[in-house]
Amino acid sequence: MVAYFSEIYNGLISLFIGMGITFKEFFKPTVTVSYPYETLTMCERYRGHIELIENEDGNPNCIVCGLCQRACPSGCISLAGEKPEGEKKKVLTKYILDFTRCSLCGSCVESCNFNAIEYSKEYNLASTRKEDFIFDLLARLEDRNK
Amino acid sequence: MSLTLLNVIVAVVIAIAFAAANAAYLVWAERRGAARIQRRPGPNINGPFGLLQPPLDGIKLMAKQLLIPGGADKVLFIAAPVLAMFPAIMSFVTIPFSDSIVAKNMNVGILMIFAFASMGGMSLLFAGWSSRNKYAMMSSVRAVSQAVAYEIPMLITTITVVMIAGSMDLMEIVHQQSASILHWNIFPLLGNSHNILMPFSFLIFFTCTLAETNRAPFDLGEAESELVAGFHTEYGSMGFGLFFMGEYANIVIGSCMTVILFLGGWSCPFGLFPGVWWFLLKLYLLIATFIWIRWTFPRTTIYGLLNLSWKILIPLSLFNLLFTAGLIKVF
Amino acid sequence: MSSPIQLQPDETFILNVGPQHPATHGVLRVKMEMNGEYIVDAETVIGYIHRMHEKMGEVKTYPQYLMNLSRMDYLGAMGYSHGHVLVVEKAAGIEVPERAEYIRAIMVELNRVASHLFWFGAFVMDLGGFSPLMYALQDREYILDMMEAVTGSRLTYCYFRFGGLYNDIDDDFISAARRFIPRMRKSLKKYHKLVTGNIIFHKRLEGIAPLTKEMCRKYGASSAVARGSGINFDVRKNEPYSVYPEFDFDVPVYHECDSLARYNVRMEEMEQSLRIIEQGLDKLPDGPIMPKKKPKLIKPPAGDYYQAVETARGSFGIRLVSDGTKTPYRLKLRSPTYSNMHLFDEACRGMMIMDALAFMGSLDLVIPEIDR
Repeated sequence: MVAYFSEIYNGLISLFIGMGITFKEFFKPTVTVSYPYETLTMCERYRGHIELIENEDGNPNCIVCGLCQRACPSGCISLAGEKPEGEKKKVLTKYILDFTRCSLCGSCVESCNFNAIEYSKEYNLASTRKEDFIFDLLARLEDRNK
Repeated sequence: MSLTLLNVIVAVVIAIAFAAANAAYLVWAERRGAARIQRRPGPNINGPFGLLQPPLDGIKLMAKQLLIPGGADKVLFIAAPVLAMFPAIMSFVTIPFSDSIVAKNMNVGILMIFAFASMGGMSLLFAGWSSRNKYAMMSSVRAVSQAVAYEIPMLITTITVVMIAGSMDLMEIVHQQSASILHWNIFPLLGNSHNILMPFSFLIFFTCTLAETNRAPFDLGEAESELVAGFHTEYGSMGFGLFFMGEYANIVIGSCMTVILFLGGWSCPFGLFPGVWWFLLKLYLLIATFIWIRWTFPRTTIYGLLNLSWKILIPLSLFNLLFTAGLIKVF
Repeated sequence: MSSPIQLQPDETFILNVGPQHPATHGVLRVKMEMNGEYIVDAETVIGYIHRMHEKMGEVKTYPQYLMNLSRMDYLGAMGYSHGHVLVVEKAAGIEVPERAEYIRAIMVELNRVASHLFWFGAFVMDLGGFSPLMYALQDREYILDMMEAVTGSRLTYCYFRFGGLYNDIDDDFISAARRFIPRMRKSLKKYHKLVTGNIIFHKRLEGIAPLTKEMCRKYGASSAVARGSGINFDVRKNEPYSVYPEFDFDVPVYHECDSLARYNVRMEEMEQSLRIIEQGLDKLPDGPIMPKKKPKLIKPPAGDYYQAVETARGSFGIRLVSDGTKTPYRLKLRSPTYSNMHLFDEACRGMMIMDALAFMGSLDLVIPEIDR
């Protein structure tokens, strides 16, 4: 009999304690970010998709060694270069990132010995078309320079 | 004759409007309240404070196609959501909001409200049975056993109050309590019973209201982590909308009954300016408690629920009934 | 008129729970043979998101495979990567600097806390309480922000490298982690008040779904499932690896065997993880995070290597058979939830559906990790 009533009593108390906690939380400020209206800046080391780095002349640092292409586990990088007449180094002519297959592991950036690619801070990437995710990084670099 | 007919029509229209407006804006209040408890903003985009959210939700639901699953019992499938809304609206007709604001006062008002309240279980049964879905079926079986189990302690507690008031007329019950806060049936230290156990009666009644309206922690009928959406799994469009509104209308009815039976209706705790605002204040405080409880507790089990009713609530409410009867005899 | 479902008293029906069911948290399907609300028999059906991680291990080179491991279990990714780097380091004989080892341990434990927090929230949500999930996510968010600042991503970290780490931690991280420990202890107190003490919660878990020691052994259960049934087994203590022998922590073991015991084990594990993080931050040595000499191309000598680690979900084993080339000959992943999940079929017989789904929540299943 005592156990019966003490269980009811303790049960009720536990319920009131729980309600007390949610009551306190009710008056605390909200912690969320209402996303499309306010956005967060990504931290310094954020790993977005890759972008080419340019040198002082506005040309990409890339020397078309192809290490990033080989390091990529998913084969999303395809690049091409050519050697202009009289030049020593190759010049990048095409750098395509197939972002549909990229898993943002960062192997390409780590493999690069020439400081030619970096992570972008972009994360608002949504589209209904697959083609939008096949990035031409050279074209993006030119767009940035404009 | 024609005047009375007109009166009734106006009363029913007002009742429907009140029920619908309440249902719509309680959804908003619930979402905002839940969000505050979880430290989110809640719906705040459409209109000031998101106040346009409920009508927009309604438009969205109405614009959707009402799908009837193959093999469903069409008549019952369509009748069930209507049946969920109808008793709640009918009950509003007899609830007195103040001395003068009552559509049709009856001297057996309590009886009528309970008669309509027990129809709620039927709509859940119809919905679950007719949608030909195993989850819905299981849910409706649960809902009915729950409704049966909780009507008993609820009625016993109500009888306790009726015994104290000596009347089944809702107006009369409020008049009995109108003198001061100590005459309210929740702390009846003055008045004619002096029953110190009435706060427990109030708790029992409140618990039963939670269970009768299928609210958390007793929302076994729509236990979303087990039965997907329970009895309204197959409902979309306004069929779902009606169930949703019916649920909130039932909450309002349950809270109205609690206010009238235990919290002195429209009377002021200090005897000042009695009126409809006191009624509404008490009503919405109770509803806020409903919301608060829902977002605090986990769900009970079906056997836990039945155990609570048969092993704790019914014996305690029966004891209180006898105790009250004794006290009334003594004083 | 159509005929509604007809059921004889002793006739059973099949209830198809999943693959899109709110309680299975992913694409797990359970075929339940039901008698009313009681489960007569259940069969878990898996493989809906099988991604051939083991096969990928055979085709990709060692560094290319690094990022796959964090995609196995998206809630406790660090632990899995840890297992992988440890086994490859063992095979290729790479020395790991001490600082890297300590940072790894801190990261794994932080990730364990984050994973348990998410489990806690999801478990209470399975039981019908929604708010604790939001509170748990707030604390988890703190951890994720901290880890994002160091690793650059929030879920699939890909932070460990063979021989060391991808990035060093900075003072911001250390001070954030130090602030996190008291904050988390306070939150745990709140959770205990809000959830653990709650009578409804207690009634739903106490004595539900007893798993005997023998059953756990038979199915190879680990993590809180085994420790809630009185089996004192934790890879960090029983087969110590990395720098875990340096830390002073307890392995919570409960003997009640029910869902509540499993819950209690995980809640206590969070406290123990906090202790490890605290000690790790205190003992953190200075030094490099990558070894001085590291083979340019990782080609472990032919042989058979095995390493088990204690991840958030239990003992994760990874077996590497190398034939001396730059890709493994075979890579077997022993996933802990796979073993834990199979307990469900046998243990849920005769239970009511709501208890069974609460029990499933207490197993802490992550479906991509089962399917691999």
